[in-house]
Amino acid sequence: MLTLQFVPYHEIESLVSEDRIKKLLGLVKENKIVLLQGRLKFIEETKLIESTMEEINATFRGIEICTIYPKKRTNTFYEILKNELVKTLLGEREGLTIIGPATLIKEIKRDPNKVLLLATEMVKKTKKKR
Amino acid sequence: MVDFFKILNRVFNLFRQRSHIKLGFYGPPNSGKTTLANKLCLDWVGEKIGKVSKIPHETREIQTKEKVNIKHKGKELTFNIIDTPGIATKIDYEDFLKYNLNKKEAQTRAKEATKGIIEAIKWLDDMDCVLIVLDATLNPYSQVNITIIGNLAARKIPVLIVANKMDLKKANLKKIEAAFPQYPVIGVSAFKDVNIDGLYDSLFRLVKRGGY
Repeated sequence: MLTLQFVPYHEIESLVSEDRIKKLLGLVKENKIVLLQGRLKFIEETKLIESTMEEINATFRGIEICTIYPKKRTNTFYEILKNELVKTLLGEREGLTIIGPATLIKEIKRDPNKVLLLATEMVKKTKKKR
Repeated sequence: MVDFFKILNRVFNLFRQRSHIKLGFYGPPNSGKTTLANKLCLDWVGEKIGKVSKIPHETREIQTKEKVNIKHKGKELTFNIIDTPGIATKIDYEDFLKYNLNKKEAQTRAKEATKGIIEAIKWLDDMDCVLIVLDATLNPYSQVNITIIGNLAARKIPVLIVANKMDLKKANLKKIEAAFPQYPVIGVSAFKDVNIDGLYDSLFRLVKRGGY
């Protein structure tokens, strides 16, 4: 059984980077697939990979992560300024980040506009059917 | 505060003759980082930087080659080449068993690979310029690629994307260019020695952009 847990941005908003990563990684280690509203900063994503590597053991083999982020057409200086201001004040609330344990998610394939999430159990079942 | 020192360091770099530019080779496992670094080192120092293999995570420690003096079209630059372990979000020792490693060897390799990734990430901040080496036959829209490149951009470190393995039929340079439109992309084959001259052109332009 797959458990999907939605984490609204306000749940991590007040946390410092280290605690954000700890919270998200903690959920993933409980075998949950996390759907995070918005995205982490690139530096936080790198720290997440680093922390994941520190935690790898016989049962936890790492994570699969994917961020879907709407591409905006920001043509005018005013639009760029407005977007940057919103980002600074409210954080990266746009888009969606999917993080799951590598033991459950075999692969996340992303093309610009779609995401394919291939779960490990599904792969095994498909193979058995054949 | 850290940012202030970084800016100060960059300003300082502008006013002194940089003798050694720290050039990092980053990317996912098995994209050909060491093959490419070997090519550069063999061309200019006459010796390889490290061992290559078909088994992922062959490079599990940072490998460096200092004072690599590259001459190209009348210009000359000296690099410290830093080849890093491939960055991944998961390491499963069972994946290595497919390559005829026994369980113990596979587990050791997996453990060393996790340490290598941590080390590679820690070194990110020390780079002056970075070559992101991608396998041109694979989908470039992987979160690891996006994270590393975004991270370097956030640190204001100049990046050149190298689409490697261009000699293979499945290679798709346009897909990589479309995935990262704001970065320069150069297609090469380090293994078959294709467009290495073009790489040097792009590398010298990148270094110039970095203010060195």
